[in-house]
Amino acid sequence: MIELGKHTKSRRDILDKVERISEVDVFACYQCGRCSGDCPSISLMDIMPNQAIRLLQLGEVEAVLSSKTIWVCASCFTCTSRCPKGIDIARVLEALRQVCLRKNIDQLDLNNIPEEERERYPTIAWVSALRKLSG
Amino acid sequence: MSSGKPRTIAYYPGCTLKTTGKAFEQSAFAIAKVLNIQMREIERWNCCGTVFSLTTDDTMHHIATVRNMIRVEEMGESEVLTLCSMCYNTLKRANEFIASDPVRLSELNDFMYKEELKYSGKVKVRHLLELLRDDLGWEQIRSKVTKPLSGLRVASYYGCALVRPEGAGVDNLEDPSVMEDLVRALGAEPVNWPSRLECCGSYQTLANKDLVLERTEHIVSSARESGADLIILSCPLCEFNIGTRQVEVAERSYGFKGLPVLYFTQLMGFAFGLEAKELGIEDEATIKLITEMGAA
Repeated sequence: MIELGKHTKSRRDILDKVERISEVDVFACYQCGRCSGDCPSISLMDIMPNQAIRLLQLGEVEAVLSSKTIWVCASCFTCTSRCPKGIDIARVLEALRQVCLRKNIDQLDLNNIPEEERERYPTIAWVSALRKLSG
Repeated sequence: MSSGKPRTIAYYPGCTLKTTGKAFEQSAFAIAKVLNIQMREIERWNCCGTVFSLTTDDTMHHIATVRNMIRVEEMGESEVLTLCSMCYNTLKRANEFIASDPVRLSELNDFMYKEELKYSGKVKVRHLLELLRDDLGWEQIRSKVTKPLSGLRVASYYGCALVRPEGAGVDNLEDPSVMEDLVRALGAEPVNWPSRLECCGSYQTLANKDLVLERTEHIVSSARESGADLIILSCPLCEFNIGTRQVEVAERSYGFKGLPVLYFTQLMGFAFGLEAKELGIEDEATIKLITEMGAA
């Protein structure tokens, strides 16, 4: 049972790790929503980037780690470039991905890519997707 | 052709310019010849990794970049030229990340103990657009134009890696002008359009194809509605997403009208009077569109 807003030790440990490997202070966010307004992947996200940051502030790390949001990010740095508080949101999302990927939980199953598609994808797409979505 | 001693520079192609993005490399060599630039491909280069690793404890994921920097120094060069936006972004950022910290630099050098040369951290990563703007200047580009592209309306697409984040790009991150200035130098008309900095979906093309189709429809339609005849860009992944994938967008979106997508080097080649086949352009409609403009 998840208690809303409760900072348990395990939650605090994950949040510490996210802040440490991203070098970002998520508590600087004041919820203006600019990151979400400019995000190109927003249509596929189940929680918006500013909501993800808010959930982290509240200690709800599981909700963010299990979201689609962190995996549909395209690392375009629009949010990072435009945050009025200078929060590098792209780095926070990468740190969250890394928390999962370092446990070898891959998010890209190559078997799901149809064979006729595989032939035509540029090398750059393979390398970048595998680096971002697999451990 | 220019006479005199050529401007030489070490050149890093990257994985895709040898495969689906061959036309980018081919057209870059063609225009470099006209401009008397000699691009010397570095030996035994390896893939840059395509995306800059964002976690600060992850030194190992920058090793691919540093190994390429060693190759550049082995040639006796202190600069390396890239064409692909993602190579540029990754090489530049990883290089700065490692070179700015003596501990990280020595860790990676130590790891690559079999390399004869230790990386000094001093190589500068540059994009061809920077070289054109800063070393040659638009006047020199203009002087090579034999077929001004008068009347051709060109939408410059920057996407992400060429301009973002702050400090990593070739130009101002919210209001870049390098490609528009190039378009003007070629005698064409730059289009002012709202989606030039928007991401195409990048590597999500593998995992979430529908997202990329949605982005492509939005970006291409935006250029079209702003009056563009074609789009130019500098990234082989953007080219696949907003170029090649237009066929799929047309299949699913009734009324979608596409636009030709070219590498900026291909457009330069046309203005310099080169043949389409020297620039790796096969699409007849695109060739007709541009040559008709050039003849005007």
